[in-house]
Amino acid sequence: MSLFQYRLSELHNMLHAGQTSVSELTEESLSAIARLDDKVNAFLTLNEDGARADARTLDDKLASGVSRGLLFGLPAGIKDNIVTKGLRTTCASRFLDNYQPIYDATVAAKLRQADAVTIGKLNMDEFAMGGSNENSAYGAVRNPWDLERVPGGSSGGSAAAVAAGEVFFALGSDTGGSIRQPASYCGVVGLKPTYGLVSRYGLVAFASSLDQIGPLTRTVEDSAYVLQAIAGYDAQDSTSAKVDIPDYLSALTGDIKGLRIAVPKEYLGEGVDASVRETVLSALKVLEDLGAVWEEVSLPHTEYAVATYYLLASSEASSNLARFDGVRYGVRVDEGGGLLDLYLNSRSRGFGPEVKRRIMLGTYALSSGYYDAYYLKAQKVRTLIKQDFDEVFKKYDVVIGPTAPTTAFKLGSQTEDPLTMYLNDILTIPVNLAGIPAVSIPCGFAEGLPVGLQIIGKEFDESTVLRVAHAYEQHTDYHKQRPQL
Amino acid sequence: MSITVKDVQHVAGLARLQLSPEEEAMITEQMNAILQYAEKLSGLDTEGVQPTTHVLHVSNVMREDVVKESLSLEEALLNAPEEEDGQFKVPAVLE
Repeated sequence: MSLFQYRLSELHNMLHAGQTSVSELTEESLSAIARLDDKVNAFLTLNEDGARADARTLDDKLASGVSRGLLFGLPAGIKDNIVTKGLRTTCASRFLDNYQPIYDATVAAKLRQADAVTIGKLNMDEFAMGGSNENSAYGAVRNPWDLERVPGGSSGGSAAAVAAGEVFFALGSDTGGSIRQPASYCGVVGLKPTYGLVSRYGLVAFASSLDQIGPLTRTVEDSAYVLQAIAGYDAQDSTSAKVDIPDYLSALTGDIKGLRIAVPKEYLGEGVDASVRETVLSALKVLEDLGAVWEEVSLPHTEYAVATYYLLASSEASSNLARFDGVRYGVRVDEGGGLLDLYLNSRSRGFGPEVKRRIMLGTYALSSGYYDAYYLKAQKVRTLIKQDFDEVFKKYDVVIGPTAPTTAFKLGSQTEDPLTMYLNDILTIPVNLAGIPAVSIPCGFAEGLPVGLQIIGKEFDESTVLRVAHAYEQHTDYHKQRPQL
Repeated sequence: MSITVKDVQHVAGLARLQLSPEEEAMITEQMNAILQYAEKLSGLDTEGVQPTTHVLHVSNVMREDVVKESLSLEEALLNAPEEEDGQFKVPAVLE
């Protein structure tokens, strides 16, 4: 029987009871990767020797009874835009093909402190820009449920690795839905925490005001475990929030009697596949049976979210990616033409098409004469989008809808048309603009492909989001179904 | 309003990107489509709306100005494409 059938808490207990060992878990993960990753392409860099050495150290720790961390012995994958000291970090870009970080991101250090084992670095859209994982310089990730389909992006490697049973959990990052949308397409649990709850120190910045790191896991309980280990104030991130971190596990009571759910009519309207809508309505029925009540509401500025997001995210990206100049790290293309040519050549060869497109859009939106019309306007609309949520949360505990308008689409089917691709994120983007938390959990299948249910909460109210997700999960078995690979 | 290949060339210069003629044509077309879509924001009345500068209610973040250990020379230069005498090497800027 595979160890991948167990929850993190069960594995934790099994380790303590001597029924398995960290080395055994690590070998199970490594052998799954050896068996499956040719098909899935979730991994960019394996930490084979490092993981084995860490596993031995942890097994010794266990034997000698030294205090043990929250994620003790659990093999994890980390999205490749999170820097890991001494372990190659590429952002799935040619630009950083040989980049060796000289420090750990705060979340990487926290995983280490919690005694997790880092198995390797996971594939993604280049610099986290994309909704399908087809923008990786190292080839697309494939959806474990159907290898001809995308896993979603940009944390597609993280979602696919968890879905395929290659790692016991993974970290991703979510700028406009990049944890939740691939979680939805791959049938796993993906949590985007409140902006500022998890430190971004060491996350290669895409759009700094939107980016947030979060867990991809197989169950909601696992998600709570990982969040517990990575949340918290970090002085090294000036946007980190000084808030008390609750006990997320104690929130998983299974009780949602009297819970008030808002269902935005914009989230079930035009553009959302009928099969996705039906699946989400069935999920709401389950929550109703558990004692929750739901009502239709309106988030009137939803239709403006995608335009707002692409202007803001691209503007921030153009600024953040200015640091890639071929001087201090990364690719350098020097053809003898002087410093400006070195910048031009290095950037032009180092970045892929989607990254260039967004740098161009952002540079334009920030350029003289257009700043007010695009960037400033978008920041004002962002305020209206946030106010929509504030209004609804006065009366309701959570907002629920689909995570994505469709199930996973075929590889290559949308690559020619960036705008259509951008519209896939219409249901996840408003959450990032408002800075609030949301989780995607499996809620059924449409034509054999997973459908994700999105549960959105008030800022720093991850506990309620997880409580609702957990209650639903306890009464369904979609999260237990696995792709046949 | 639509942007032209010439606008794209200007923006590429600002962004320190050298685009091939094919890339220029493609990006002009795609940027026009995206900006045309973004035009929908202009129809929205935002008179008196404050722009979001930060989603949380944080103001300036200060820390004590204390000396801490910094990176060693070796670490700082570990990923340097070219280095010489403990410094990043770039093409000559002054003739």
